[in-house]
Amino acid sequence: MRGVVESRQNRAGWAFVAPALALIGLFFFVPVLAGLFLSFTDFDIYAIGRPDTARFMGLENYRQVLSNPLFWQALGNTFLFVIVGGPLSVLTSLVAALLVSAKRVRYPGLFRSIFFMPVVTTLVAVAIVWRYLYHPQYGLLNWALGAVGIHPVDWLGDPHWAMFAIILMAVWKNFGYNMLIFIAGLQSIPEDLYEAAHLDGAGGWARFRHVTLPSLAPTFLFVGVMTMLGNFQLFAEPYVMTQGGPLKATTTVVLLMYEEGFRWWRMGMAASLAFVLFVIMLLGTLIQMRLQGERR
Amino acid sequence: MRRRALLSTLVLHAALVLGALVTLTPLLWMVSASFMSPGESNSFPPRLLPRIPTLQNYVDLFTRLNLARYLLNSTVVAVSATLISLVINSMAGYAFAKLRFVGRERVFHVLLAALVIPGQVGMLPLFLLLKSMGLVNTMAGVVVPFMAGIFGIFMIRQYAMSIPDDLLDAARVDGADEYRIFWNIVIPVIQPILVTLAVFTFLSAWNDFMWPLIVLSDDAKYTLPVALASLSGEHVQDTGLMMAGSVLTVLPVVVLFIVLQRAYIRGVMMGSVKG
Repeated sequence: MRGVVESRQNRAGWAFVAPALALIGLFFFVPVLAGLFLSFTDFDIYAIGRPDTARFMGLENYRQVLSNPLFWQALGNTFLFVIVGGPLSVLTSLVAALLVSAKRVRYPGLFRSIFFMPVVTTLVAVAIVWRYLYHPQYGLLNWALGAVGIHPVDWLGDPHWAMFAIILMAVWKNFGYNMLIFIAGLQSIPEDLYEAAHLDGAGGWARFRHVTLPSLAPTFLFVGVMTMLGNFQLFAEPYVMTQGGPLKATTTVVLLMYEEGFRWWRMGMAASLAFVLFVIMLLGTLIQMRLQGERR
Repeated sequence: MRRRALLSTLVLHAALVLGALVTLTPLLWMVSASFMSPGESNSFPPRLLPRIPTLQNYVDLFTRLNLARYLLNSTVVAVSATLISLVINSMAGYAFAKLRFVGRERVFHVLLAALVIPGQVGMLPLFLLLKSMGLVNTMAGVVVPFMAGIFGIFMIRQYAMSIPDDLLDAARVDGADEYRIFWNIVIPVIQPILVTLAVFTFLSAWNDFMWPLIVLSDDAKYTLPVALASLSGEHVQDTGLMMAGSVLTVLPVVVLFIVLQRAYIRGVMMGSVKG
């Protein structure tokens, strides 16, 4: 009897996961492996019509990527977004979470919803809105800065400012997400820890420094890794707001991959770009886990 | 002491209100500018409110431009992605949680490990694959990546773990087969997480940009974000028109979020526990 039940469950179990596994296998795992293979070929626009014209090139694409100055510029721009935008976004999320979670706040749910609102909005739509807010003459931002005596900045037209403008917009768009995760982390800190610290004479800052921050360590690791992985994939913001310019100052690795692959149809080259980015993302994840693990 | 507490409460609320204003300003300005007459939003100093509110921009979107079409396309994509992913992911998530089958743990761990692979890595071959299947430049091609998702399966599994085994075994003793158990017993129990998954999938399919941009080449098949990005090139000067288009794109998802925010927030929190 028991054996019959088990074999029935075994069959049902596989039948239940089969559709999902088939779809994920066909539309995710197979393309990922094929992408690796593609990155060793010179697959281009001619090969789309006749795949047999593609030739195996070994590591040639990778050599070309690493010797292309535009790749290094795109990588630098992407790193700027990851290294400046990431921490700025996490810090904003933490501050928002601390404010919303403070004990005496009226309507915490309302503030939480407002801060979260940009997360659900459509990126392309709000990127267009921000393009107008950043307008050097008519934009709200320069007008507001002018009111406190700051000269107008050509946010998206000046190569020194364009990436920072995109960072600012992305922080606005995304901070609500991590804020929610920090709120959950703050709620899980036992109240006794604060009371014990209070009895020991710890002030507000000391309690934050010695109770709140250490208790949030796992949250920081999760938020840090997820934010970094997301930021490495920056694409739609520069595509819509600057088309990668001015002077390629906002061209990211994914934008470069999109242009190589789907504008010039150099798919072998684009695939190798994707894998270079993937390896960098893996390394970044390992480094963060190591760094944050040490601190604990 | 009393006065210090009062003061700090005031400062706290001032910071919150200021933060809320800064957060809402771009969205409020978008709505306001969508009701401005042509040229009104390109003036200095910038206008915060329209002199005489007009619906002209919205009328133009539906008459001169093809907005109704894009709205329909986006709706078709998001609704079908949601329905398909609900069925596929809930079956798989439940099986990973509650049905004992050979290799279950190993398969599940492979799936979890694959979460670190960014979607772009497979995008180029996926495009070629869909091209060979005749799905490029179709709605179905846009929906394909949303049909089954590792994160969705994970979410359902976490929730389904709490279903008591006795409940399922009792049904088995009564002679119900596994499919009947799933539809009649499991689905009602996991209904809250199904709502969460539905909101997640709908929002990400509605808001997605890169994949539909790659797959769709024909203007009449564009989803709203792709159409908006392409229009914003041609109509740069038409601020009011672009803002009206943005409002119509953002409005459905913001309304959906406000109505179902409890379910949505639960999903975000569940995402964080896997860390």
